Amino acid sequence: MLTLARGIGLRLVQAFGLLLAVIVLNFILIQIAPGDVALTLAGEQGSGSPEFLAAVRARFGLDQPMLVQLFRYVWNVLQLDLGHSYYWERPVMDLIQEKLLSTVLLAGTALAFAMTVGVILGVYTARRPESPTSHGVTFLSLVGYALPVFWTAIMLLVVFVAKLGLFPIGGMEDPRFEGGTIAHIVDVLYHLVLPAFTLGIIYLAYYSRLARASMLEVLESDYIRTARAKGVDERSVVYRHALRNALIPVVTIAGLQFGALFSGAVLVETVFSWPGMGRLAYESILRQDTPMMLGLLIVSAALVIVANLLTDVVYRMIDPRIRVGDK
Amino acid sequence: MTETAVALEAVEAGGRGPWAMFLRNKAAVAGLIVFTGIVLMNIFGPAIYGIDSDAMVARPFSGPGEGTPLGTDYLGRDVLAGVLSGGRTTLVVGAVAAGMSISIGLVIGSLAGFYGRWVDSMFMRLTELFQTLPTLLFAMVLLTLMGPSSRTVALAIGLVSWPAAARLTRAEFLKIRELEYVKAARAIGSSDLRIMLRTILPNAMPPLIVATALTVGLAILFEAGISFLGLGDNRVVSWGSMIGKNQGFILESWWTVTFPGIAIFLTVLSISMMGDGLQDAFNPKLRGR
Repeated sequence: MLTLARGIGLRLVQAFGLLLAVIVLNFILIQIAPGDVALTLAGEQGSGSPEFLAAVRARFGLDQPMLVQLFRYVWNVLQLDLGHSYYWERPVMDLIQEKLLSTVLLAGTALAFAMTVGVILGVYTARRPESPTSHGVTFLSLVGYALPVFWTAIMLLVVFVAKLGLFPIGGMEDPRFEGGTIAHIVDVLYHLVLPAFTLGIIYLAYYSRLARASMLEVLESDYIRTARAKGVDERSVVYRHALRNALIPVVTIAGLQFGALFSGAVLVETVFSWPGMGRLAYESILRQDTPMMLGLLIVSAALVIVANLLTDVVYRMIDPRIRVGDK
Repeated sequence: MTETAVALEAVEAGGRGPWAMFLRNKAAVAGLIVFTGIVLMNIFGPAIYGIDSDAMVARPFSGPGEGTPLGTDYLGRDVLAGVLSGGRTTLVVGAVAAGMSISIGLVIGSLAGFYGRWVDSMFMRLTELFQTLPTLLFAMVLLTLMGPSSRTVALAIGLVSWPAAARLTRAEFLKIRELEYVKAARAIGSSDLRIMLRTILPNAMPPLIVATALTVGLAILFEAGISFLGLGDNRVVSWGSMIGKNQGFILESWWTVTFPGIAIFLTVLSISMMGDGLQDAFNPKLRGR
């Protein structure tokens, strides 16, 4: 139990160190940004009055040595003060908080869909590696990987929304919606189907290949041969003995890909008008809203760090050989 | 596939090594042909077709076959002309960005893997930091700082996408540096640089070549996404920007978005198929995984 706590503690310290590094990197980016640092931090462009700028300089300590500035910046960010968006004229953190959940919902659904279907396809094809279905899935995964996600999004909109009228055109909920909580949830899920599917395709392609490769490798290992030799039936061999180990690389990669999901979300949210952080990023960059962009970078990186921590825990739960604290 | 079968196949291939194996792989050869076709199309296509992609040649929104082979966009510009020349930016930016990403990854990964200890932990922390930042978001921030142009887009993509190459190179170097021939090279007094470049690197090449193919594909998708968002160089036409500018008119003219998208898709697909072929050729035991 002690080693468990120590292991988790070590992970937390590492995660915190990484978060600090992200903040420091952001500070460096602000320093090299063109234009006055006070303007960048204050989130005003062009029109800051001298008194206002002086106030900003004092607040951020821009007259202080660089190291003091860095320290203040890190301290501010750790207190969730990410500055002010000049376009929306509101604190960056408030704006992000409003969009955070919808992006996590979109990315989480896409990931869950991609992992579930990917693992099913991977396991199915690994058991029949030379069958036509198996070759078909391998080829489809290449196709899914090569599709530009924003293009797929537009094409799906044309087919399923414009031609067939099966799904809403965009957004997260019907603005005219009236009804109870459950009906509301159904409405959100209805809006979620197309964006989550689009975002999930690339990862589906990826996980089906990964799960297949991993399963093929595990099925050739000695302990599977032993299980078969002692007469365990095939279903049990595959689902009880092999699957658990074959899942390890899938889970590891899933955690690492959470950041990539954010990148995809920028494109998917833009096409589907999904009110999330990705769309916020797109709108901010069009308006050259640097504080907003930097805030989004920090928060998304923080989410990736949290996702990695969670992956680590899941990973240790699945893999019986690894216990927290071992290295 | 059993090892005997693999060995047999290698013998049938004339024992001429990976290249012969690659050429026996139908999908890989198909990818090579399609990709070569796309590159040639972008080099010679615009001159042969002779229509400027910026010129307004026909009524806006005229469909494929109504005067132009692939129709016109909302300004009456020829879609085929755009598809023919729009790949230039995408391919060049993709290739340069992938080159940068692989180079950075190679330097960081080989130093970390070769020297180990504090060099390794320093570079690995740096790699972790870059892996934590969502690539597209990070590239967007870099582009606001550097201003949009084809050059900065390539630079931004290269700067954010190297960690995978670094990890791969490090893993290969860690594995190879313990082998007998590296010890032998040390024993005869080769310098570190010589061991890295002449002894380890050639033996680490196969997985790196496969990774390069994947990286080029990713960089092309990346460039397409950036131009789709309108963050690339707006003075030149690219497949991604064609889709971005026409997406609002998709219901009037499906062809303006469909054809550039197919061009991106076929380019990346052909590169992935070649990558798979290389993987099988270098590592026949892993065929079909």
